[in-house]
Amino acid sequence: MSSPLLEVKNLKQHFRINRRFTTKAVDGISFTVERGQTFGLVGESGSGKSTTGRSIIRLYTPTSGEIFFDGHLISGHLNAATRRLVRSNIQMVFQDPMASLNPRKTVLETVSEGLMNLHPELTAVERKVKVCRVLEQVGLSADFVNRYPHQFSGGQRQRIGLARALIMEPQLIIADEPISALDVSIQAQVVNLLKRIQKDLGITMIFIAHDLSMVRYISDRIGVMHLGHIVEIGDRNEIFAHPIHPYTISLLSAIPQPNPILEKKRRSLGYLYRQSGIDYTLGEYHKVSSTHEVLATSLEFEKWSAGDYTDTLSESHNVDSLKTESV
Amino acid sequence: MESKRVLSIRDLEISFKTTDALVRAIRGVRLDLFQGETLAIVGESGSGKSVSVKAIMGILSSNGSIDAGKILYTDPETGEEFSIVDMSQREIRSKISGQRIAMIFQDPMTSLDPTMTIGKQIMEGMRYHYQVPVQEARRKAQELLELVGIDNSAKRMKQYPNQLSGGMRQRVVIAIALACDPQILICDEPTTALDVTVQSKILELIQSIQKEKNLSVIYITHDLGVVAKVADYVAVMYAGRIIEKGSVEEVFYDPRHPYTWGLLSSIPDLNLEEEELYSIPGNPINLALPFQGDPFAPRNRYALNIDFEQEPPLFSAGGKHRVASWLMDPRSPKVERPASLERRLKEMREEIGRNE
Repeated sequence: MSSPLLEVKNLKQHFRINRRFTTKAVDGISFTVERGQTFGLVGESGSGKSTTGRSIIRLYTPTSGEIFFDGHLISGHLNAATRRLVRSNIQMVFQDPMASLNPRKTVLETVSEGLMNLHPELTAVERKVKVCRVLEQVGLSADFVNRYPHQFSGGQRQRIGLARALIMEPQLIIADEPISALDVSIQAQVVNLLKRIQKDLGITMIFIAHDLSMVRYISDRIGVMHLGHIVEIGDRNEIFAHPIHPYTISLLSAIPQPNPILEKKRRSLGYLYRQSGIDYTLGEYHKVSSTHEVLATSLEFEKWSAGDYTDTLSESHNVDSLKTESV
Repeated sequence: MESKRVLSIRDLEISFKTTDALVRAIRGVRLDLFQGETLAIVGESGSGKSVSVKAIMGILSSNGSIDAGKILYTDPETGEEFSIVDMSQREIRSKISGQRIAMIFQDPMTSLDPTMTIGKQIMEGMRYHYQVPVQEARRKAQELLELVGIDNSAKRMKQYPNQLSGGMRQRVVIAIALACDPQILICDEPTTALDVTVQSKILELIQSIQKEKNLSVIYITHDLGVVAKVADYVAVMYAGRIIEKGSVEEVFYDPRHPYTWGLLSSIPDLNLEEEELYSIPGNPINLALPFQGDPFAPRNRYALNIDFEQEPPLFSAGGKHRVASWLMDPRSPKVERPASLERRLKEMREEIGRNE
């Protein structure tokens, strides 16, 4: 395979709150995303997963670290050429489709705005043709171009958000919790759509979510984030079948399964981060396999690999049953 | 053990007057809740699940009206009976809400008062309803905070909501709801605004309190995983009607309504490799527009001709299982569940077999 489309090296994104206090939202993470693949980022709120996405698309200026997109460095100062590269090749889909669409603009205006800025050579008619084509791609009728966001349902609005991203023909789409605000019956529709479009167009995607089951369904590789660090990263089956890090295990155990008799007996596992004395800054990445890495000190890694989660998980005697369940 | 019925809803009909049309949000709902049991109401937004419980609490918005039906609440201790539909808002406030039926809302930040300390908010209900002396109320509030798993309660009492995390806030909301020892706890999407890890903690907390105090709980949710975890009975709503209800085992292991099939299949399975996730086609119906027949019919690939003409009645599927689908009628053709769902159901049954 050729070089990866996106390479993030030791990215740090700090926000200074005041003289004494700085929030380290993202604190030194590294990962690569291969062309045409989907990378899933999961973690609880405040773990830095959205910040990561926003740093890549340069809504923030990274504090330190390097981001390479298609071989070009895009984390430092942007000149006209790299800015154009970022703006036209990376697109984002946001969580709340109502908040991310301008209520005063029609679908045509919203979706074609990027074209106006980056392809001013196109005529109005050409733009409209493109908009109609992309709307059909996301499963909306081309008759909708003159409507306003409030005339659509949540799922349709999210499709408009996706159309706005797709019209730029990006190489990378960052989807930041694109389905959390949608109804259950609509979530599956949107996820299927994302997956189909990604396959048809060969787009690379970063899928940010806290719903692990959806992430597993859509991703090729998964990074689990906690407090600004990627604590475990690997192919999706490795993460689900052989989770090593206690935080990953607690996340997996928290997914409720639609199986009443089983679910009633199951207790989720709590991750005792504070009591355990784990310090992520001390850990190094230990390889479980060539694609699966865990952030831990050597001692922790040895312990966890042996299935010893005393002090790190509450009700740790259930760990084995959990592992077999998710295989 | 024969448990007592605490709440029964009969043929409830609620409509809302809007500028465009009269929206019939609830069209004949019938539900029972017994002491110590948990009922989950499932459905997507606009299906009427929140509206039905708001009617129980007497907090329908001002353009809504109860057109028909009964909501009967029976106090399990005294045996007193209250007909909530016939009570004025004031009466409901002084006799029902807070004291006998308490509610937990979705977003803990909007349901807490940001200008009031946590302690004061927990004590408020006790002081208002029972004129409990301040000292005693304070002591009880601290006990409640401990009960919901907030340590250092004396210090927490003096804090404001913005000083707590989302999960902690939701625990405070639960403590407030429990302050007047209600018999029924209504949880309107209690964990939707929370993280998965916090979600399971909160659900387990509500479960343990329920057991301890012998509470009846109504959950409103759209997450079937949550339902499986907490509920004894489940009612699936669509367009203002209950289209399938029964015990969780009946509904999860033997679903009969195509809408329930769709809901169950659209959850990604952690064990199976699927190329395409099943999804229910189309969008939820807009009840402000007129429709004929079964409102789900346009999205239903198993719809029969009659579905477009006449709404199906509730058919019995044995036990407590009721299904509103013409497929249950003996005259209708036999329809198989989608193969992927059948596979999953089989797997679910195997899982229990393996774990028993």
